[in-house]
Amino acid sequence: MKKVAVIGAGMTLFRRRLLETGKELSYLATKMAMEESGIEKKDIDMVVMGSAPDAFDGIHMKGENLLDGAAAANKPYIRVFNGGGTSVFSPIAGWWHVASGVADVVLVVCEEKMGSCFPHPQTAFQHIWDPILDRPLHPNLVWLFAMEMNRYMTVHKIKKEDIARVAVKNKRNAVGHPCAQLADEKITIEDVLNSEVMAWPVQRLDISPPSDGASALILCSEEKARKLSTEPAWIDGVGWNIDSTMWTNRDLYYPRYVENAAKMAYKMAGIQNPRKEIDFAEPYDPFDYKELHHMEGLLLCDKGEAPILTREGVTERDGDLPICPSGGLLGVGNPIAATMGQKVCELYWQLTGKAGKRQIPTDPSVGVGQAWGDIMQMGTVIVMRRG
Amino acid sequence: MMTAQKKAHPKYAPGTHVSTKDIIDKNITYTWWEPEIQYCWSLGPAMSRFLQELKKGKIIGRTCKKCDRVLVPPRMFCEYCYRPTNDWIYLKDTGNVETFSISYLDPNARRIKDPILIGVISIDGASPQHGFMHYFGEMKPEELHIGMKVKAVWKTEKERTGSITDIKYFKPWKGGKR
Repeated sequence: MKKVAVIGAGMTLFRRRLLETGKELSYLATKMAMEESGIEKKDIDMVVMGSAPDAFDGIHMKGENLLDGAAAANKPYIRVFNGGGTSVFSPIAGWWHVASGVADVVLVVCEEKMGSCFPHPQTAFQHIWDPILDRPLHPNLVWLFAMEMNRYMTVHKIKKEDIARVAVKNKRNAVGHPCAQLADEKITIEDVLNSEVMAWPVQRLDISPPSDGASALILCSEEKARKLSTEPAWIDGVGWNIDSTMWTNRDLYYPRYVENAAKMAYKMAGIQNPRKEIDFAEPYDPFDYKELHHMEGLLLCDKGEAPILTREGVTERDGDLPICPSGGLLGVGNPIAATMGQKVCELYWQLTGKAGKRQIPTDPSVGVGQAWGDIMQMGTVIVMRRG
Repeated sequence: MMTAQKKAHPKYAPGTHVSTKDIIDKNITYTWWEPEIQYCWSLGPAMSRFLQELKKGKIIGRTCKKCDRVLVPPRMFCEYCYRPTNDWIYLKDTGNVETFSISYLDPNARRIKDPILIGVISIDGASPQHGFMHYFGEMKPEELHIGMKVKAVWKTEKERTGSITDIKYFKPWKGGKR
């Protein structure tokens, strides 16, 4: 396998609704990534598009609708999607284009417009449930996460206040992010605990918002990276794994599919002790408890230990193991696939010392990004290293 | 330190925010579409039998002799062993609350005053933690807890149609032994 470098990244503003079309957002994010890497459309060999359920944009097979904005006209192009997992799976797909030697330069673009689904994208989420046993009960998607959160909290006897700390940390971390939708310097644990109960134990401030946005990443081979970039970051390992869709036959307290994906990525990256060798992480945080759940799945701590590390300040930006220094989905926003901006673009910016106010003070060498999707069953993991 | 002299990324944040009010007041140009589409799913042998049994007021599962699981919802092949399952087996209509939520959201994320009690029930006679999602009733929200014993409350025979909703909800069941 060939070595794969990251040489540029871009992302748009994240907001509940944006004026620009999905195609235009893809263009804006791509242009920013091109500017940073110093390449043009003609330099790109192949394009990977990531975008989650078609029902959000209301355009079936929306990959075709978006391709012009992703600099893909007259190029080899593929759209990949596995729900929330897409934000890390898309760069994984970009990685295999380069690692295989098939392409030298690959553009990865992720787009989501949830605001088009009116009045609320929850209506589109109804169509991801099993039609035989689940849909007749008229479920709301938040139920799934509420049930998973409850199981996780109960098994480990975790207090809600220790989960709320994650929302506070991430919304504060997002303050330095120019794209952030819900940055909040002053938010407190009490604000989260006193926010509206949506589906117990999930309260309003436990959840990331629906968002519009796009992000982009430019990957290339080692030879190209030496020519084009003075300071690439490197993709050292990737992993992905999915568990059975029979979610009512699984114990939801632990995401074993994330562990499987992490082990695959760590093995590829030569990481034997993730707790010692990984300097920071961007686990997927659409809900505050998910950051904790995923830290455990990523083997960054013991089962049930993530809330304790959070309480002790270990996961703060200046702690021993910074978690979601970007501000995550809770602070920057959650345009499903486009959260590649926090989960992978942020790794690149942190590892090349370009994260500005968000920069981890110790200048980290190794970061891990992770996303989660489908019906609580998909784990996607990427390990990146400073050049 | 390498961070000092570099400009922060992303350098700018392209995109234009639109509020719901901008749409209602027609401050922006937009277009509208309401899909009309219907589906009719044929259910295959496993779920057809399961729903027919629900119509009779019974919960049925399938066994996999390789991994020694009793599966509910039933399927004709085991997803882990990747082989045909073996036999049909009737299960009880009682079980255990594995997890739950108290929802103040309807399916469209609109707020509701009276919460929906929802959760996963592992069914007695099936393998541990094997069951399905359903409603809870005849209890206050604060009574609902993980590990609680519950029993199905069925619609009358006449009302039943061969659907998961042939069970109205699960109620507390004091007669149960853990």
